[in-house]
Order: sequence, then structure tokens, then C-alpha cells
Amino acid sequence: MRAIQYAAPRSLGDAVAILQERGNKARILAGGTDLIVQVGEDARDVDVMVDGKHIPELMELSFDPEKGLTLGAAVPCYRIYEHPEIKKHYPGLVDSTSIIGGTGIQGRASVGGNLCNSGPAADSIPTLIAYGATVRIVGANGERTVPVENFCTAPGRNVLAADELLISIHLPAPSAHSGACYLRFIPRNEMDIAVVGAGVSITLDDNGIVTAARVALAAVAPTPLFVPEAGDSLVGKAPTEEAIAAAAEIAKNTARPISDMRGTAEHRKHLVGVLTRRALHRALERARA
Amino acid sequence: MAVQIASGKVAISATINGEPQTWLSEPRETLLEALRDRLGLTGCKEGCSNGNCGACNVVMDGRLVNTCCVLAVEAQESEITTVEGLGTPDGLIPLQKNFLEEAGLQCGVCTPGFLVATKALLDKNPNPTDDEIRWWLAGNLCRCTGYDKILNAIKKTIAETTTE
Ligand SMILES: Cc1cc2nc3c(=O)[nH]c(=O)nc-3n(C[C@H](O)[C@H](O)[C@H](O)COP(=O)(O)OP(=O)(O)OC[C@H]3O[C@@H](n4cnc5c(N)ncnc54)[C@H](O)[C@@H]3O)c2cc1C
Ligand code: FES
Ligand code: FES
Repeated sequence: MRAIQYAAPRSLGDAVAILQERGNKARILAGGTDLIVQVGEDARDVDVMVDGKHIPELMELSFDPEKGLTLGAAVPCYRIYEHPEIKKHYPGLVDSTSIIGGTGIQGRASVGGNLCNSGPAADSIPTLIAYGATVRIVGANGERTVPVENFCTAPGRNVLAADELLISIHLPAPSAHSGACYLRFIPRNEMDIAVVGAGVSITLDDNGIVTAARVALAAVAPTPLFVPEAGDSLVGKAPTEEAIAAAAEIAKNTARPISDMRGTAEHRKHLVGVLTRRALHRALERARA
Repeated sequence: MAVQIASGKVAISATINGEPQTWLSEPRETLLEALRDRLGLTGCKEGCSNGNCGACNVVMDGRLVNTCCVLAVEAQESEITTVEGLGTPDGLIPLQKNFLEEAGLQCGVCTPGFLVATKALLDKNPNPTDDEIRWWLAGNLCRCTGYDKILNAIKKTIAETTTE
């Protein structure tokens, strides 16, 4: 690896001060499973790594039945999928965090890092969008909040300015009769990059009628793709086979994938339909459980 | 500026295989490089240096990690177990003995990673199913054995400990 500098600030203010001074040659280091590999392979021009894991806000993981889930940006995957309340209330997050890399990667890799790396195929981002998550950002000019669906702007790019960092991700409190699910297609069983991913959520009223649904896709556009029309098409209806198939069809027609070594555009479109339908059925089972 | 930014060598203290160690590493060094080149713990192998193969696995603060994806400076004040901390040539742990008896290795490059990763699994879950073993070891690649012999060695170890 090229020579770099390393800092381990203990507060948000100290971290922002370094980012402000060093500009985009400074990068926050969370689990390092993207950053260290990219710098090691000379794929990213970085002078100073700013370790976020000593900043308490970035390591917070707390659940409140009224307020929802606060997920510090640097909390590693294993802390998420082993958390009893996350298992119970946010199973879609367990789906995503338990397939990011293997066990060793999950010992370090964070959802904040997955989001800030902003890859179109990132496995946690559709799930966060499906849950209606927002992120808390801090920079030299103070704090702001951004919905996850507006965070990524292009492959590897996002709304963070050079002096800004992600503090945490907030998932709304779970409503009664709600469920979510993330599914991806890969040619192997594990340790691969999604050919397509689908993250969905669904909420029912006491009579089993859909009151809200959200669908987001991985690897079918330059950024993770939120498809509001697909979820909205279910609202006010009973979640029948037909209604779910119609929502999946909308997702399929909205996806704008490219052909590359992982799959053709045609194959990907087909997969969007299949995965969205299956994920909606699984989310529905969870909502009814 | 309030925070120190390290560019030269940093003194790192950590507990490695139960012993306190202090050494110097530059910020650019991975933990894999520091273990091998600064501390002589060459059991840790470099298979890919990009997180994909698991040959560099150690347990750090109770969790399995790929040391090629960790900076040495991040190991400050941590507790690390490498393959050297499992058994000794004269005192192999049952898992190591069974890798030998079941021919769970050929070239051996992947073996330290498999041993450390499997030990981490069995410490957490002493009686995993085949599926749980394979899923846990998904990040450990072997180009020689075809995996079945590794599974046999692990299952033999589980059978021995659960019938004791
Ligand atoms: C072998 C292997 C397998 C993988 N498998 C998968 C997979 O199946 N699915 C998948 O989606 N990904 C996968 N990845 C990619 C990677 O592990 C994930 O993207 C992971 O979630 C990144 O998190 P991290 O904490 O390691 O991020 P880091 O590498 O620490 O950071 C990633 C990027 O985000 C920036 N960043 C991190 N935190 C912040 C913050 N708080 N504020 C501002 N910027 C920040 C960093 O500067 C860097 O640019 C894999 C990687 C490897 C090496
Ligand atoms: S050398 Fe670290 S995972 Fe291959
Ligand atoms: S024994 Fe050669 S790679 Fe596994």
C-alpha cells in the first residue's frame, strides 16, 4: 500500500476538522473492507484514513419501540444480525447483513461503509430504502438528514461533501403487521456480488389490506433504485398473488440494467420480476407472523 | 489540530496469543504484514490480499477477521489469536490432529485460516450442522482439497467432543 497517514479521533468535531483540512484526500475508515482493499490496489487516492470506530456515535446501536432503530455508521454486520431486537423487528436487515462477504468480512464491514461506498450492487441499500431509513450527516456547517433513496448519486458517489461524514442510519419504528425482506441472485451460494437484488417492505391494516409498501432494487441502475410505483400499486388492496405479480411487473419495467460479465440486461430484468415477487411474498409472511 | 495524525511508525501494543507484544508499524501496513514481517507469525497466510480467501484469518477481540483488510494500527490494544495460538507441533489441538488424519490439507496455504475460522465457530457453537459449517466457512477458499476432507476433519472433531 502507498504511504498513508492515520488518525483516530474520539469525537465528531475532531473528525470533521480533519476532513475539512484535508479535503477529499481524507477518508473515513469504518470496517475497511472496501477502503483498505481499494487503497491497497491503488484504486483510490487517499492520504489520510480517519478511523471512525473510536467515535461513540458511529458505534451506537440502539432500539426504541417508539423511535425505531439507530444504527451507528461504523457498527459491523455481526452486531446487527446477532441483535435480538433487530432479528425480531428488522429481519430484512438481517437478510442483508448476513450475506455481505463471509464471516471474517462481517466481523468488520458496516452498513455505513456499504452505503458510503455507494456501489450499485450494495446489498444493504435496497433494504434501508425499503424500511424508509434516513441518514444523519455532519459537516463543518452542522448536521442534516437525508432519506437513503436520495443518498447515492452515481456509482461510487453520494451526497456527502468533502467535509461531511455519516453519523448514523435511522430506521423508523416497526408498525404492527409489517414485514420486509431482501433477496439477491448470485450464481454461487455465497460470497459474490449481486446480479440483481430486491429489498421490499409491506404493511397491512387489521383487515389485511396493504397500507404501505416499498420496493428498491440493486444492480439494475447506476445507483440503488427506489421504485415507488411498485409499492404504491399495492396500497388499498388485498395482497393477492395477482396484486403482487403486478407490483413485480412494475419493478421489472422500471429497472434499467446494463449487460456486463455478471449478466445480460434481459436476464436482469427477468430477475427483478422474480425476486421482487418472492421478496414481497416473504415480507407478507413476516407481516402476518 | 487536536487530534494526532500519524504518518511515521507507530508503536502498537496488543495481546497476541496470550502474550503482550509491542512493535512498530507504519499506517500503511496491514495487520497481516505486521504479524508476518514484524512479529514472525508466518502462520497467517497471504492468499489474495483483498478479503476473498480467508487464508489471513485471525480472531481479533473475539471476532473472526481478515487481517489483509485491517490496518496494523487498528490493532492497538486488541487481543488477537493466530494459528500459532491454537496448538504446538508437539501438542496439536484435536482439530489440527483431525485435519492431518483426514487429509484436510494438501499445499496447506489455506489451512491456518480454516483452523482459526473453525475454532472460532466451535467456540461459539460446539455442535453446528453441515450447513452451518459450510456457511461459516464461505469466506475460506481451498484450491486443493475440494472441501469434503476439511468437512470430515471438522465433523470428526465435533463427534469426538460431543461424545466425551
Ligand atoms: C471479500 C469481500 C466480499 C464482499 N461481499 C460483499 C457483498 O456480498 N455485498 C456487498 O454489498 N458488499 C460486499 N463487499 C464490500 C464491503 O464489504 C461492503 O461494502 C461493506 O459494507 C463496507 O463496509 P466497511 O465498514 O468495511 O467500509 P469501509 O471500507 O471502511 O468504507 C467504505 C467507504 O465508505 C466510506 N465511509 C465509511 N464510513 C463512512 C462514514 N461514516 N462517513 C463517510 N464515509 C464513510 C469510506 O471512506 C470508504 O470510501 C465485500 C467485500 C469483500 C472484501
Ligand atoms: S489474504 Fe486476506 S482474505 Fe485472502
Ligand atoms: S490445501 Fe491448498 S489451498 Fe487448501
